[in-house]
Amino acid sequence: MHFSEAAVEGWFALVPLIIAFPVAGLLVNLALGRRLGERFTGFAASAAVALAFGVAVLQALALQQHPEGARIVVADWIAMGALSVPWAIKVDTLSATMMLMVTGVSTLIHLYAAGYMHDDVRFQGDPGRYTRFFIFFNLFVAAMMILITGDSFLTLFVGWEGVGLCSYLLIGFWYEKGKDGIGNAVAGKKAFVANRIGDFGFLIAMFLTFGAFGSLTFDTVFEHAEAAGPQAGLVITLITLFLLLGAAGKSAQLPLFVWLPDAMAGPTPVSALIHAATMVTAGVYMITRTHVLFHLAPISSSVVAIVGAATAFFAATIAVGQYDIKKVLAYSTISQLGFMVAAVGMGAYVAGMFHLVTHAFFKALLFLGSGSVILGIEHGHHRATHGHGDAHGGHFDPQDMRNMGGMASRMKVTFAVYLMGALALAGIPPLAGFFSKDEILLAAQGGNLLVYALLTAAAFLTAFYMGRQVLLVFFGRARSQAAAQAVENPPLIVVPLVALAGLSMLGGALNLPGVHTLGTWLGHTLGEEHAPEFSLLVAGISTALALAAIVLAWSLYGRRPLVENQPDPLEARLGGLFVALHRKWWVDEFYDWLIVRRYVRLANVLAHQVDTIFWHNWFHDSVLAAGFRRGTRWLAEAFDMPVIDGASAALARLVQRAGGGLRRVQSGYVRNYAVYILAGVVLMLSFFLVRSLS
Amino acid sequence: MTPDLILFLGLAVLAIASAVAMLAGRNAVYSALFLVLNLVTVAILYLLLNAAFIAMVQITVYAGAIMVLFLFVIMLLGGQQAGSGPDLPWQRPVSVVLSVALVVLMAYALLAGGRGPLLADVALQEGFGSPQSIGRLLFRDYLIPFEAISGLLLAAMVGAIVLTRDEPKEKP
Amino acid sequence: MNVPTSYVVALSAILFTLGAIGVLIRRNAIIAFMSVELMLNAANLAFIAYARSLQQLSGHIFVFFIIAVAAAEVAVGLALIVTIFKTKNSIDVDQASSLKG
Repeated sequence: MHFSEAAVEGWFALVPLIIAFPVAGLLVNLALGRRLGERFTGFAASAAVALAFGVAVLQALALQQHPEGARIVVADWIAMGALSVPWAIKVDTLSATMMLMVTGVSTLIHLYAAGYMHDDVRFQGDPGRYTRFFIFFNLFVAAMMILITGDSFLTLFVGWEGVGLCSYLLIGFWYEKGKDGIGNAVAGKKAFVANRIGDFGFLIAMFLTFGAFGSLTFDTVFEHAEAAGPQAGLVITLITLFLLLGAAGKSAQLPLFVWLPDAMAGPTPVSALIHAATMVTAGVYMITRTHVLFHLAPISSSVVAIVGAATAFFAATIAVGQYDIKKVLAYSTISQLGFMVAAVGMGAYVAGMFHLVTHAFFKALLFLGSGSVILGIEHGHHRATHGHGDAHGGHFDPQDMRNMGGMASRMKVTFAVYLMGALALAGIPPLAGFFSKDEILLAAQGGNLLVYALLTAAAFLTAFYMGRQVLLVFFGRARSQAAAQAVENPPLIVVPLVALAGLSMLGGALNLPGVHTLGTWLGHTLGEEHAPEFSLLVAGISTALALAAIVLAWSLYGRRPLVENQPDPLEARLGGLFVALHRKWWVDEFYDWLIVRRYVRLANVLAHQVDTIFWHNWFHDSVLAAGFRRGTRWLAEAFDMPVIDGASAALARLVQRAGGGLRRVQSGYVRNYAVYILAGVVLMLSFFLVRSLS
Repeated sequence: MTPDLILFLGLAVLAIASAVAMLAGRNAVYSALFLVLNLVTVAILYLLLNAAFIAMVQITVYAGAIMVLFLFVIMLLGGQQAGSGPDLPWQRPVSVVLSVALVVLMAYALLAGGRGPLLADVALQEGFGSPQSIGRLLFRDYLIPFEAISGLLLAAMVGAIVLTRDEPKEKP
Repeated sequence: MNVPTSYVVALSAILFTLGAIGVLIRRNAIIAFMSVELMLNAANLAFIAYARSLQQLSGHIFVFFIIAVAAAEVAVGLALIVTIFKTKNSIDVDQASSLKG
């Protein structure tokens, strides 16, 4: 399609709306949401994001004609000497891809959340909190847009921090619930702290960038970096390593991944949107955006690839031993992010972005599907116990897969879409996951064999644990009363699932081997990339391994479906190894021992010794307060009384004495008065006489 | 030393002497009588100064009525010698000094102006100082002051009566 | 009389001063009052002398009025002295010092 020049330029100029629409949505809900009710709030929030999606579509259309993109300056921001960072938006194929994906998936998830949160706020007992959820959700989309469209490191960082904040707010949405009444809040804090460590890395990278290249704008920095030559190699390596630290925090890579499993404490739409599809991909996006620097620092790229691959394998092993349906998906997300990070580390940016997009589709689908399952279980539980709480007196966990089973017959649509998502994630052709994962494996095989081995092993485990999950949840017989009485959810929840399932099925078409639509599209921004030839061998190996894993899962969980309270058969076969997998390789405990405990002790010392004893008790009370009191007392007694009071008293006494003295003139004797008269007469006479004589 | 001058000096000495005697007298009656003498002497001087009417008025009113009044009151009050009690210090010396100063000043003023003409050299018209001429002046040019003086005398009479009246006894 | 005017006026001045001394020195209220009369009298003499020398009869008129006023003043003044004597039983002017400050 061909459009006029003016139209295209107009569409580019509309891009600030992609941030403005979600902000408007959140302001409207802030002002009117509570008053106008749940329907209005959900609609307004979803409409805001849908409008943002419309703007993204316009940008994509405009870019078809002008693939080099545009830079829209919205406002002046910082202009201090050498540092000049205006608020500018960079519209190019890379940011357009992200815009489309984020707004599209967000719209579907907003619709899902409108229905899901209606039930959730009632289940948790606080219907008034509905509006707040959507305010935070829109705020997140706005911040993510700022991140994606940022023209410089600093504007990207603003969005980076913004999504971190929203993640914290939404993880701890039910802040008074969770383990010991603060579990959710603690999870939010953990996410924030882990992200902060990453942000620290990002900040150091920014300082180094400004110091070395004198600017923070991407294009300027890349120009200077490429022109700098080999002597800048060290500083570029440092910059990229610190950028990797930032990405590791945001995208949950080793060693900063620990926050993501805990983040499952947030409501399911949050997990789907933020911790599967969008925020966690920000790190991958950031590395892709700064690919020029990574090209110039091959050491950092290798480190990135190793970190990604190791994370992928490590997280996949942990996912095998989890019982919580969402925890499995969380570790799966970490593992898939590892795939993406490994891809960009190997220079296969297109493959990484491709997997990012397809992963967003099916991981969001899986999370939303798990949310649907959990909702079904909760409703079933409510019906089974007639609303009287747990029949056995124990704590019923609706997310524990051991309490599920046989859900396929009871929640047909959910089962169908979930199966789609699981197969896509496992990499079964011709679903989307197969194509995107395959490209990464191709790149790895061509480049780094260690990475290839780790990624292949991770792919095998991925298929296995997804098979395990599907079999435990949907097949066999119900293992609890709640599962036996579960029902399918209303359309508002189910329809977005179907849409995402469709995208998971067809998403592979984005970058089919040979056609490379996405590759060409992104090539306008990332430069021409040499995509490896499609290798039947690699594809064949990965498909075979996936199928083998599924067969293995079936043999363990499908042939003889588990019954109530039966332990996991893998436990018997792996023994201690399973315990390690279930306990996440004790990473959290290790961190707690190494850092957290010492830090808490230091904080206590500072609070008690320094703040209370020294500052408050001694300095404030003894020095400041007592000194002030002494000072005012001196002023009152030594200064005010004698000097000021004394002055006025002395004045009064002076007047008194003068009056007393003058009083004596009034003697009362007439003869005295007569003398005065005579004296006056004499004086006057002499005066006149003297005057007349002179 | 004309006879006029000798006459004048004699009268002057008499006037001054009687004044001094009045001042220094211990007995109030004697002082009053000496004042009468002084007034009569001054009346004679008036006669010599062609103020016949005034001289008569002086004798009848001043020496006759006013001094009699004084004598009545002196007799009434017993004329005790007021002199007991503490005296005001400095009063006597200061008074004397001031009075001397006054005299000196007046003398100086007089002497500086020259002796002035001899009275005889000033020609007088007929009837200067006679009742007719005074009456003519009084009832024509000075009528209003004349009437005012009547009012004043009336006020004085009323005042004297009111002041010396006994307070009426309060009805029980 | 063939004397210079100033001689008569000088006499008047001397009598006036004597009267002033009397007012200031004597404690007897009546004697003080009489000294006041003496002063008035001295003023009269000065008036008559100048009337004679300047041939103005208005001097005589003045003296006439002064004498009338003196009479009225004496009447009231003596009445006052009598009244004060009734309360204080003394005619010492120094006794009337209740206006002492």
